[in-house]
Amino acid sequence: MALLEVDSIEVRFPLREQEVIALRDVSFQLDRGERLGIVGESGAGKSVAAFAILNLISRPGYISEGEIRFDGQNLVRLSESQLSRVRGDRITMIFQDPMMTLNPVLTIGTQMMECLRTHRHLGEREAREIAVENLKKVRIPSAEARIDQYPHELSGGMRQRVVIAIALLTEPDLIIADEPTTALDVTIQAEIMALLLELCETENVALILITHDLGVVAQVTQRTIVMYAGRIIEEGPTRALIDRPQHPYTEGLIQALPENAVSGQRLNQIPGMMPTLTAIPLGCSFNPRCGHASDRCKTEVPLLSTDQDHRVACFWRMQQGAR
Amino acid sequence: MFAFLVRRLIQAVLVMFVISLISFSIQDNLGDPLREMLGVAVSEAERERLREELGLNDPFLEQYWRFLQKAVQGDLGNSYFFKRPALEVIMEKLPATVELVLGATLIIVTLSVPIGVYCAIRPKTWLARTLMGLSIIGISVPVFLTAILLIYVFSIHLGWFPSYGRGDTAMIGFWETGLLTRDGLIHLVLPSIALSSIMLPLFIRLIRSEMMECLEQDYIRFARAKGLSNRRIWFIHALKNTLLPVITVGGVQIGTMIAFTILTETVFQWPGMGFLFLEAVNRTDTPLIIAYMIIVGLIFVVTNTLVDLIYGLVDPTVKLARRI
Repeated sequence: MALLEVDSIEVRFPLREQEVIALRDVSFQLDRGERLGIVGESGAGKSVAAFAILNLISRPGYISEGEIRFDGQNLVRLSESQLSRVRGDRITMIFQDPMMTLNPVLTIGTQMMECLRTHRHLGEREAREIAVENLKKVRIPSAEARIDQYPHELSGGMRQRVVIAIALLTEPDLIIADEPTTALDVTIQAEIMALLLELCETENVALILITHDLGVVAQVTQRTIVMYAGRIIEEGPTRALIDRPQHPYTEGLIQALPENAVSGQRLNQIPGMMPTLTAIPLGCSFNPRCGHASDRCKTEVPLLSTDQDHRVACFWRMQQGAR
Repeated sequence: MFAFLVRRLIQAVLVMFVISLISFSIQDNLGDPLREMLGVAVSEAERERLREELGLNDPFLEQYWRFLQKAVQGDLGNSYFFKRPALEVIMEKLPATVELVLGATLIIVTLSVPIGVYCAIRPKTWLARTLMGLSIIGISVPVFLTAILLIYVFSIHLGWFPSYGRGDTAMIGFWETGLLTRDGLIHLVLPSIALSSIMLPLFIRLIRSEMMECLEQDYIRFARAKGLSNRRIWFIHALKNTLLPVITVGGVQIGTMIAFTILTETVFQWPGMGFLFLEAVNRTDTPLIIAYMIIVGLIFVVTNTLVDLIYGLVDPTVKLARRI
């Protein structure tokens, strides 16, 4: 049985004028110890998908349809208090900006130990020991002293290490990392990513990595999902998806990578912009930007193919046949 | 820490200097003190002689310099009316005012935090909406009106509380306190409520909006993702961050409240500094007016410094020694 099964999830945001649908028909699976990347532009719905798993979507958003089965348990049906037993224990999260995720007025130790005291009901001394141990695991020097410091006394990279240490405290089954390196210095990004990958491997933790960096996805994940305007448009093994992208959008993304540009020429880019959620075009939401769009693409929504391991939602590709 | 205190002390001296200059310079615009002192039966020649004797005919700067020299030695001049040192007269009335402010502060602190927090975490309940509505009314109604209404309802109609004065007091050293006798405490109730009637709603609203802002922060979402209980998220993670700005505003407001006592004390005939000040204005008792302004200014400076010190203790990101 898969560790996590997300089944046709739909997320809506009731606004004053209309109800916006931020996620449509999102389904994917994750096995124990598997690492999955979710990529897409800002606003494609990747963060909403990540937060939906623990029902932490910011209000007034809500899950209007679908099931999220974690280890056989439907998380959508759980009450807040039942859900808070899963949150921070079996599924933990790493947020984007370590400057904002740690509470400025509490020491690092307090913020680590409260997890263990809540979920493991440990006493002060035991909790502290485990916290120090985890700070060492993420290679924070002189962990015994650092634990009593406040977040502002640490650099950005160190803070994200602390956040990773918090995510690992309870030996979770799954870590959801929402752009964990975006807010960091470029030099530190690779370091943190490598650390996260190493720890997931040694601790055998599954990872959902939200990012817009295809390079990071290639380095860390085994499978990848590409999202566009609230839908999954392609999903497959990371290697295959990057080597042989099926959807014209994914192809465009990969061609747009600076390393794929010819020196001396302009960088490749996909023409146009992703539609806002209030004005999604009829049919395939990518059709106005797509070079292969036919009449069918303008009226009918392509569904994700279900049979193969490498799935794509594109009429053109289905006609052409997978390459 | 030491550097901080020295810097604060220099600042305080500067502020006090400015306050003294301003308060001293208004003395010529308040009317003729001699009329109050002597009545109408004294001849013009006699008045002129007294004016000369009191130094009122000297140039402004000369008078101010003389005042300043004495002031730094703790002599703020003699009250024309009481014929005693102004400082002494004010210090006698200080305990009454301090106790009144203390009573109001107690009401504000014990009520504003729970109400503010409740309105922030349950903003859509009818109770929260009602409290918010009432707080607008509380801010809008002037203190003297609130005070009169309180007297009308609770002393005249219900007869629960006395309507004026301090009641029985006891002496502890130089401090005349009403906090130790039952009568004194009963007398304190209505004036304290009246004095807190503006600040309390202000603080409820401040705490509510600060708390709501805190609840939107990423660290609260992260705390949720950690599976912490709502209690812990609200009262440890959010409230601690909420109270930092509240402490700053609170310190300044306690100073302001001392000034607000003028109205409350007058309505309740409370024998404190504010009441004394109003009388002094009516009697053109300039030395007393100046002394009052300087003492209140001093209280302001001291409370603000204390608040800064407390803030340094509460907020880990503030290092007093390094701050400019």
